[in-house]
Amino acid sequence: MNAHLQTTVDALEDQFALEQHTFRDHLTLTFERELISEICTQLRDQFGFIVLTALTAVDYFGRKSPRFHVVYQLHNREQDARLFLRTPVPEDDPVTDSVVSIFPNANWYEREVWDLYGIRFAGHPDLRRIMLPKGWEGHPMRKDVPVKVEETRFTFNYKEIDLDKRYVEE
Amino acid sequence: MTIHNEVTSVSLDEIKTLVSQKALDGETMLLNMGPQHPSTHGVLRLLLELDGETIVSCIPDIGYLHTGIEKTMEDKTYQKAEVVTDRLDYLNTVGNNLAYCLAVEKLVDLDVPIRAQVLRVILAELQRIASHLIWLATQALDLAAQSVFLYCFREREKILDILELVSGQRMMTTYIRPGGLWRDVPVEFESAVRTFLDEFPRRIDQYEDLLTKNPLFVDRTKGIAVISGEEAVRLGMTGPSLRGSGVDYDLRKLNPYSGYEQYEFEVPLGEHGDVFSRYIIRIQEMRESLKIIQQALDKLPYGPVRSNNRKYVPPPRSELGVSMEALIHHFKLWTEGFKAPDEAVYVPVSSPRGELGVFLEGDGGPKVYRAHWRTPSYANLQAIPKLAEGHLIADLVAIIGSLDIVLGDIDR
Repeated sequence: MNAHLQTTVDALEDQFALEQHTFRDHLTLTFERELISEICTQLRDQFGFIVLTALTAVDYFGRKSPRFHVVYQLHNREQDARLFLRTPVPEDDPVTDSVVSIFPNANWYEREVWDLYGIRFAGHPDLRRIMLPKGWEGHPMRKDVPVKVEETRFTFNYKEIDLDKRYVEE
Repeated sequence: MTIHNEVTSVSLDEIKTLVSQKALDGETMLLNMGPQHPSTHGVLRLLLELDGETIVSCIPDIGYLHTGIEKTMEDKTYQKAEVVTDRLDYLNTVGNNLAYCLAVEKLVDLDVPIRAQVLRVILAELQRIASHLIWLATQALDLAAQSVFLYCFREREKILDILELVSGQRMMTTYIRPGGLWRDVPVEFESAVRTFLDEFPRRIDQYEDLLTKNPLFVDRTKGIAVISGEEAVRLGMTGPSLRGSGVDYDLRKLNPYSGYEQYEFEVPLGEHGDVFSRYIIRIQEMRESLKIIQQALDKLPYGPVRSNNRKYVPPPRSELGVSMEALIHHFKLWTEGFKAPDEAVYVPVSSPRGELGVFLEGDGGPKVYRAHWRTPSYANLQAIPKLAEGHLIADLVAIIGSLDIVLGDIDR
């Protein structure tokens, strides 16, 4: 592992409760969502992770207990170290703190996660839908939203599907 | 009709934090630009707050081309999901395939033969030139230089001919596959690329003759939309738009992939961070790409173009008739697909527009569990409110062009 990454993680582990996971050359830190602002501020100011590469979410519908993970990807360009942060967010209270005040380019990424996953970011200056039109209902990237709305029609189920059609009124 | 208006109209109340106090008092004007506007390069919509002709604030509105590509990928196996990656950034299709395949290869730990890696580099650099040609054509057209547009498209067609030669498709090639390439290049490939290499440097000189010292072009680009290096990094800009501000950040040098460390090339850097710097950077990048292609073509080794790992890569057609195992592998790969571990990887590559990153997560099954595309246009466009502030509407056209956005890349 990158030496700078190692010192960073050691310093953080002294202060916060973190869970480490390494796969290939990716180091991922998982921690409680309340800590995100503090850890991001420290990483930016003391350890040189000045770039937020991307921010996204993953939905573990039916697989893991806090349903969502918000994934932050930070990059220290001088040391060439990439760090991944994950904060679990439960389904019944999908709110986490915004990092726009720390990384200005988080603005659109957080709007995208709100739009497609329905996770709110407290303290975001302008949390509107970004991809979908204004009056859209639901958050389509969630796993319980089907990709295909309509079942493929075959001879054996042709009539059942046909009955659900709007043109079958009588 | 009413539904349409409800969806697209923006009330002043919604955007009151994004405009100045003057707009709320009615002193400045709010003007809608796009989504159907020839110089917004697709379906970008901008809400402009204007004081006379000067832009006070600029509010981008995207999503008109959102097709749910990430959601579609979640429904497909790893091989099939690649087909939609071409449709993201439709000017950099080979680059998208490359980023996706590198991510899959990292996820399942798959090797790629050297010949395939060299061919990938050649095609990715050809695609970079093609993409920069479209950028140059449209940037010049936006600034009323119509002949450059025609010349650039003429040269781009030659690159598309090469892509058609290798893959049968001009644009949506899907030629790079996890573990290598779809098939080896035909024998005409080398001479076709060499012909292009011979004639293209002269063409770049011609474009420069038309633009670089042209006072009409220079007046409209120099000193427009200046952004400092630190500010650009803070806003998450990458690619030529960032290098125009003098920040040395190119993933081909920093984290070389596909053997980029073996080629000698420069990363051109700008000095002023204005529209003209970004123009000069891209012109020089085309020359550097030619150098890379030349070196790669000279050292192109013979050998296989697909990994021999039959659990992930289908066997050659010729084996199906004689080998039972090959038949089983072929059948399993095209019906079920291969399984990837329950882990996540992130692979960034250098696309013509900047850092193109694929975040790919598997769940132990044959389908993509989550694919997030960190697209460069999306990150670069976020800087436009900052870049456009204080400029005239006529300059905004040059600014949008200089960021080289592709809406398919932004809306996904």
